[in-house]
Amino acid sequence: MEKPTNNRAWLLVLPVLLVVAFSAVIPLMTVVNYSVQDILGPEQHVFVGTEWFRKVLRDPELHGALRRQLGFSLAVLAIEIPLGIALALVLPMRGRAASVSLVVLALPLLIPWNVVGTIWQIFARGDIGLLGVAINGLGLKYNYTADALDAWLTVLAMDVWHWTPLVALLCYAGLRAIPEPFYQAARIDGASAWATFRYIQLPRLRGVLTIAVLLRFMDSFMIYTEPFVLTGGGPGNATTFLSQYLTRLAVGQFDLGPAAAFSLIYFLVVLLFSYVFYTAMQHAGRSEAR
Amino acid sequence: MARIELRGVAHAYGPSPTSDEDWAVLPLELIWQDGGAYALLGPSGCGKTTLLNIISGLLRPTRGQVLINGVDVTAAPPQERNIAQVFQFPVIYDTMTVAENLAFPLRNRGVSRAETQARVEEVAGLLELTADLRRRASGLSADMRQRISLGRGLVRKDVAAILLDEPLTVIDPHVKWLLRRKLKQVHESLKVTLVYVTHDQVEALTLADQVVVMNQGRVVQAGTPQELFERPADTFVGYFIGSPGMNLLPCSVEEGAAVVEGQRVPLPPEVCARAKADGGELRLGIRPEFVRRVSEGTASSVRVEVAQVEELGRYRIATARLGAQVVKVRLPEEERVAAGESCWLEFPARWTTLYAGGRAVS
Repeated sequence: MEKPTNNRAWLLVLPVLLVVAFSAVIPLMTVVNYSVQDILGPEQHVFVGTEWFRKVLRDPELHGALRRQLGFSLAVLAIEIPLGIALALVLPMRGRAASVSLVVLALPLLIPWNVVGTIWQIFARGDIGLLGVAINGLGLKYNYTADALDAWLTVLAMDVWHWTPLVALLCYAGLRAIPEPFYQAARIDGASAWATFRYIQLPRLRGVLTIAVLLRFMDSFMIYTEPFVLTGGGPGNATTFLSQYLTRLAVGQFDLGPAAAFSLIYFLVVLLFSYVFYTAMQHAGRSEAR
Repeated sequence: MARIELRGVAHAYGPSPTSDEDWAVLPLELIWQDGGAYALLGPSGCGKTTLLNIISGLLRPTRGQVLINGVDVTAAPPQERNIAQVFQFPVIYDTMTVAENLAFPLRNRGVSRAETQARVEEVAGLLELTADLRRRASGLSADMRQRISLGRGLVRKDVAAILLDEPLTVIDPHVKWLLRRKLKQVHESLKVTLVYVTHDQVEALTLADQVVVMNQGRVVQAGTPQELFERPADTFVGYFIGSPGMNLLPCSVEEGAAVVEGQRVPLPPEVCARAKADGGELRLGIRPEFVRRVSEGTASSVRVEVAQVEELGRYRIATARLGAQVVKVRLPEEERVAAGESCWLEFPARWTTLYAGGRAVS
């Protein structure tokens, strides 16, 4: 039978297109609009072409923020993904112990982001905080409000504490979905614990790990609240990540044009990296055996 | 090559078994000879898979001992027993190629590269996988996946027994018989002990020399397919094996006869006497294939009313009423019979078994 071809199908997708238009396309167009104009005042604006883009791309402060941001996001992935897998592997699989440990593990995920910042602000303080006092007690000089590296590491530790449970929970669900005969066959084949992980568990976690990597990358790349509360971006610019920089530009200095241009670049960078990670993880599964 | 012996093996999944229901497998004694083909037959949940996992070492029995070639291996983990197991759902390592899958058990045991390759090629040849050795193992058909998992068992030179846990369940019907023939061929050429778990009696009876029938954690009978068919030791075996199953008619016994619904079925007097002594509920068992229709009433025949006739091609199954009881009779196609007719049936003493409390009276 021949398939009918007509334009009536557009009518059926129209509701979705409308929703997407109002939720994404129209706000985005506003940003695009701002990025090519100089807003002088209400009803006063001049078309400036690519000037804002050129200005933003040449901004050394932005380069610094981007470097810090990339370093931070890659460190987050390098720590949280392996740690999450390891946690999921050692969690008990059944019984009361399983439900108790899941609840305990999930606790950081239930805390509002600004509260997480506040908790760490106190926890890491060198004079009264448990962590700060302990580290200083070991003889290491530690002060996250004064030392740039200390501040950066504290934000990293906070993110690991806050978000590793998400990776662990995703992996835990992935591990639970592996049928028992796979483990039984591995035992009969004499597979070591490492071989069981490498050839049964890891390949079967690829799906959830792709999600975990993308979520953690995008989230950490857009981190704002926690460092804002903890360090306010300082000392100096040590913990000023892209979102802080953007906020300063748009809300602090009210440079709407450059801020809009920067938002678009920011968006494209996130999109690009997510695409690269996604493709790499899909490819890893396919090219493994040849 | 292996002789497998189970001594008083019992298993319970719960921590403190008390009643019979808490046990997945009740204490049993079994001996499987080297090189034999055995089937474990029984309905779902009867303990077949549990028993299989006990033999392969995936489960440690709550009680009893497992001996392989006379050596007690009860506490040995699976990798120390020379046993291969194929599961209901084919397990393959899908990031590896077919060849790597087959080599995996050898690699884990530190076998040399040259020997591994030789073994992989040999097994691939046996299972008709040679052409696909370099392919990636994911996305293959179910029967190929199942052949690969069988191959992973066969690749070890020292493999003593192959345990198969309903391996054909997920295979398409039109390749099922191919794989079954392959299995039989593998068994004949390698002479390994084969233990085949199934709930399909046709599979069990065609593949195995010896069938062990299980029900509710108990071994109810072990014997050749013929023995199971002709002399079921238990009413369960009677109706579980055969299609349709054995007729089992509640009866009482008199001197030299069983009485079903007031009609006498002559039996050897000593059998009747023993049935009385054994006690329990008495049933008269006879397979539909052995019931004979006779043209007129005699002292040894019973009168029945034909209720229904099913045409099954070369033969027909007649369902007849004997008072309140139902008797199924298998009739050759040339024998004419119609529903509503009454006729006379004879139960030859040779094929008739009396069951007291579910067990055959010998």
